[in-house]
Formats: sequence, C-alpha cells, structure tokens
Amino acid sequence: MRRFAPMLIAAFALFAAACEKKTQPAPSGEAAPGGQAAQPANTGGTPGGSDTILLGEVGSLTGAQATFGISTRNGIDLALKEANAAGGVKGKKLAVRVYDDQGKPEEAAQAVTRLITQDKVVLILGEVASSNSLAMAEKAQAAGVPMITPSSTNPAVTDKGDFIFRVCFIDPFQGFVMAKFARENLQLNQVAIFQDNKSAYSIGLTDVFSRKFTEMGGKITATESYSQGDTDFRAQLTAIKRTKPQAIYVPGYYNDVGIIARQAREQGLTVPLMGGDGWDSEKLFELAGNALDGSYFSNHYSPDNPDPKVQKFIADYKAAYGGVPDALAALGYDSAKVAIAAIEKAKDLSGPAIRDAIAQTKDFPGVAGTITLDKNRNAVKSAVILKIGDGKTTFVTSVNP
Amino acid sequence: MSQLLQHLINGIAAGTIYALVALGYTMVYGVLKLINFAHGDVMMVGVYMGYSTAFMLGRQAQGTLWGVLLIFLVAMGGCALMGFLIERFAYRPLREKPRLTALITAIGISFTLSYGFQLDIGFLPGAAPRAFPQIIKPAMWFTVGDPEFPDVVLWNWQVISLLLAVGLMAGLQYLVFRTRFGRAMRAVSFDHRVAALMGIPTDRVISLTFMIGSALAAGAGLLYAIKDTSVSPLMGLYVGLKAFVAAVIGGIGNVPGAMVGGLLLGLVEEFVVGYAASTWRDAVAFGFLILVLLVRPGGLFGRVAAEKV
Repeated sequence: MRRFAPMLIAAFALFAAACEKKTQPAPSGEAAPGGQAAQPANTGGTPGGSDTILLGEVGSLTGAQATFGISTRNGIDLALKEANAAGGVKGKKLAVRVYDDQGKPEEAAQAVTRLITQDKVVLILGEVASSNSLAMAEKAQAAGVPMITPSSTNPAVTDKGDFIFRVCFIDPFQGFVMAKFARENLQLNQVAIFQDNKSAYSIGLTDVFSRKFTEMGGKITATESYSQGDTDFRAQLTAIKRTKPQAIYVPGYYNDVGIIARQAREQGLTVPLMGGDGWDSEKLFELAGNALDGSYFSNHYSPDNPDPKVQKFIADYKAAYGGVPDALAALGYDSAKVAIAAIEKAKDLSGPAIRDAIAQTKDFPGVAGTITLDKNRNAVKSAVILKIGDGKTTFVTSVNP
Repeated sequence: MSQLLQHLINGIAAGTIYALVALGYTMVYGVLKLINFAHGDVMMVGVYMGYSTAFMLGRQAQGTLWGVLLIFLVAMGGCALMGFLIERFAYRPLREKPRLTALITAIGISFTLSYGFQLDIGFLPGAAPRAFPQIIKPAMWFTVGDPEFPDVVLWNWQVISLLLAVGLMAGLQYLVFRTRFGRAMRAVSFDHRVAALMGIPTDRVISLTFMIGSALAAGAGLLYAIKDTSVSPLMGLYVGLKAFVAAVIGGIGNVPGAMVGGLLLGLVEEFVVGYAASTWRDAVAFGFLILVLLVRPGGLFGRVAAEKV
C-alpha cells in the first residue's frame, strides 16, 4: 500500500507537467525566441534590446468556446509566419506569447496583466468574446499598451480608451443587418428572441435587433433568456412556442446555439433561427445536426468570396491547419496584419507610437473586408448573411453600413 | 394548460437524471460520511466512454437494442473500475484522517478529471463540446395540437430514459434493503469499526459501494447526454452540483430522499425558467435548498441525528 503513494504522486506530477505545457505561453512559429520562458525580460519587445518583437495574445484555447480561441490563434500564427518569412519587421523577427483564458473574463484580465508587466509585449491581440475583451481593455488602456481585438463586436470595448482598436464591425450594425434582412428579405412579421443574458455580445445584438425590427413594423412576440453553458433550454422554448413566432433570433455562441436548435425542433418549433457571428464554427453543425437547416446568420466574411486574396488565405490556412478557416480565423489574421503594418510604420516601439500608427489604418486590404478605422477606433465594413443547409453555409447577400 | 403539461414532461425528464446522479452522492455519503465531489466528473468520464463506444459501433448505432446495451455496459463497467481506483488510491489512504482531508482530495480529483479531459492529447477528448450520437432513434410518441405548432410533445427517449432511471433506482433499493451485501453496507454506514469487528470486510464493502455509485453516475450521464445531446469535459461540475443539491434537499444518505429531491429540483427549475426567467433558475434552486434546510435541517427525508460526544 505504501509503495503506491510515490507512484501516484509521480503520476500526478507528470500529469500536472502535461497541463502546464498547454497553458504555458508558447511563442509561436519558427520565430520562437530561444529559451523563452527562462528570460522573459530579454525577449520582450524592448526597443533595441533584442532581435525579436514580442506581441501578446489572449484567447479561449480551452473551455466551452475553445474553437474561437483556436481559430483566432491559427489566423494570427499564419500572419506572423508570413511576416517573418518576408524578413520580419524593422529588421526583427516577430513572436507572440499566448495565454489561455479558458473563456473567462477574470482569467483574461490576469493574462493581460501578465503580458504587460512580465512579458513586456508591445501590443496585445484578442479576445473574441466581448465580455473577455472588456476585462482586458481596461488593463491595456491603463498600462498604455495598444490592443487590437479581432472579433469583439460589443461597442463598449473600444470605448475603454484610445489604445483599444478592433478590426470588425460593431454589434449595433449586426443587429441592424439582421433586423433589416428579416423584415425586407424574409418579410417576417413576428419574431421571438432568445438571448444569452450572461454575454454582453448577445444582449447588445438583442437590443438593436428588437428596436430596429419594431421600428420597421415587425413585432417581437417573446424575449426569453438563457445562461451560457446551460444544456436544457426546453422550458424557455416551450414558452416561446406558445407565442407562435415566424422565426427566432438567437444571438448566442455556437456551443449553445447548436443545442438550442436541436431542442427547438424537438419541442415542435420548426421555424428558422437567426443569429450573428457567434454561430460561426464548424462545431455548430456537429452540435446541431440538421436542426439548423434553413436558418440564417450574419457574419464577417464568406469563404465563397472569389477575391484572390481571400482564396489564397483559405488555401494557405488549409495547408497549415486543415479545414476551411471560419470568420474568427480570418479576423485573427487581419488583426495581426494590421498590427504588423502599424509596427512597421511606427517611429519606435513605444505604446503611443504604435497606437498612432494603428489609428491611421485606412483602406487596409483584409481578408474579411477592407478595414478603415473610424474616430472611435472601430472598423467600418460590410456584413454578409449566410444561410445554413446540409451542414454548410451559403452566401445570401451582403449588407453595407 | 398544455404548456403546463409540457413543462411537467420536461421537468420530470430533467429531474430523474438529477435523481440518478444524486443517488451516487447519497450512497457514498451514507456509507462513508464523505461528500464525493468527484462524482459528477466520474459521470462525465462515463459519458465519454459511452461516446467512444458509440463511435466504435459506427456513429449511426442508433436503434439497435444491443448497441445501446453495450454502450451502457461499457460506460458503467468502466466507471465502476474508475470508482474502485479512486477509492483505493485517493480516499482509502485518508480514511482515518480528518474528514476534511478526503473532501479536499475529492475536489482535487474532480478538477483533475474535468480539466485533464480538456487536454487534446492521446485519448483525451479536448475542450470543445461535442454532440452525443443519437443512440436511441428519436420518435414522437404523443403530440397535442396542430402539427405545425404542437402544444405538447412526448418523445420515446423521454419515456425510455424515465423507465431506465426508475429501474436503476428500484434495483438499488433492492440491493440496499434486501440483500446480504446491502445489510453489510448499512452496517458499515452505522459504524465501520464495529462492523469490522463483526467480521464484515469493510474495505470490500466500501469499494463496492463506490463502484456501484460510479456505475450509476455513468448510467445517469448517458441518459443526460441522450437528453441534452451536448457533452463537454466541464459538464460534470454543473450536473454534479445540481445533483448534490438534490441529495441534500432529500436528506443526504437517504435513497428515496435522493430520488424525491432530484425530481423536485428538476420540476422547480423547469417551472421557474418556464414561467419566470432563466436568470432565476439557480437562485431559486439554491433558495429552495436553504428553505428546506431551515425547515427540516436533515433534508426532507432525513433524520437529525444527535451528535454523540
């Protein structure tokens, strides 16, 4: 009996070590600075100090929204590899230190503090979920480190201050696009809303959608809510069913939406669902089965886009990671591209210098649309509407701001 | 009226699963006075075992009775083995230590399993949620209202899962109160030192209790996965906590209490979400727990035992 104890401890230690490896910062690509973890101060982005410029990234690499973080991760990685292959920036190689926030705002805030104080990164990329970006933006702004969120669409994120940017459109626009599409293209009169009341993103989309849809003469029959991570939505769906809507707007994340769709069908709700870019993940189709056929969602880009720049990105991405990149991968790629261009242009590697360079971004050719940052540091670009059928999406229409 | 009926069906479906998971808590607590916080995570591991088995049988294993039986058998057997190992290596060495020590180990095991399963190496499934294959071919058994918007729907798997849960519970009840092993279990629960003096192999009884509890957890987990279709490494924490609440409401350590507690909790949650708001779900569930504890500190079916000094 006694003999087992050391073995068990050893097994646990091994296990813990394996966990460490995954969550520890891993500078990506070939540009990983040698012996990174040992001397973070030297590898940091201090100007002139080393031959590497270190960026920071925070994402949900584990947890319920893991595919968001992984897609973004891959997109950023691809952009950095390209930049390094082309000789780097200002004669230096680029590297990125990644922290996993498990999809939790409090972890994100901690990770960003670590990036700023310990790793001394010159710029921060992330997060996808608006709730997490809000937690990060506060810290980045206070420390004067520029931050670019690839795909947080909640308006409040860039309101945190002049160091916070985004390369995607904002929620009011996405809610507006769906309301307009539902009313004009689908000619719906009665829509129910099923929102995630734990997510700033979902609440934002709901607000704008219901206001616009009512303004345009439609009627919201019911507004029910759920909490991220729930798996039983039958009670709310039963309540929605009673109001006989023609469609249900579910501006949530793919992991919840997939189950909601199945349970809606199961409860006898056959009407289409509508949503936003939080739906965009290959996992959605696995979770939903064919329950989402005939549903619509607004998104940042469509892989159907024939633009050679987009097609090249898709081909490169497929070669590197397998699978078609989703919008989050595309936006991750764009955010890193914008960051790299700004660092190249900035007169030095200080926070304010890089911030000024990012702020001047105009007509930047991203794979998810052309990026021009407005005075509120938000990208102004068009949205696409995608329709779901047979486990894939097809392009329906594109809506300009 | 039809809405009420639908809520009842949904609430009972959710409640039976809470009840089944709660049974495992209650059994272990009854015998060892240990709250096995890893119970929900054992359930999660069972679900993934069932998931892998379903895939090995081919994703469309649905419909075949033998397929379903095999999936349940593998998951429940695998979890029984895991329950044995956890008890043998994590709890038994601490049995004579203060109770808090074992509780802390239990939480450690729970986190090791739920976060370990988020890794993406070897057989570990990774963090992303997955869809559980439909191992019971879904069919509508009963509808009310027009087919476009049926007011009430009852599915075959809801009935099957209810029957299965009731069967498992009845089996457990028989085991505890009608068999030699059950008598030994109750004796160990009463006082394991004296039971040992009477010639009862305490260690073996405790091991077996853990194995049965874990097997039940796996069974419940599979029913849960069939119901809600999504499985993820963190599911055990959530369901486990709810089942724990159910066990306490019923009177922890009491088998019929766990069943009633689970059903009550499922129904209360369903009605709160259906008629009020989902934000209130947990607040009301835990409020209900506090209320029960205030009125009947031992839980609905529990007895308040005077502490012997």
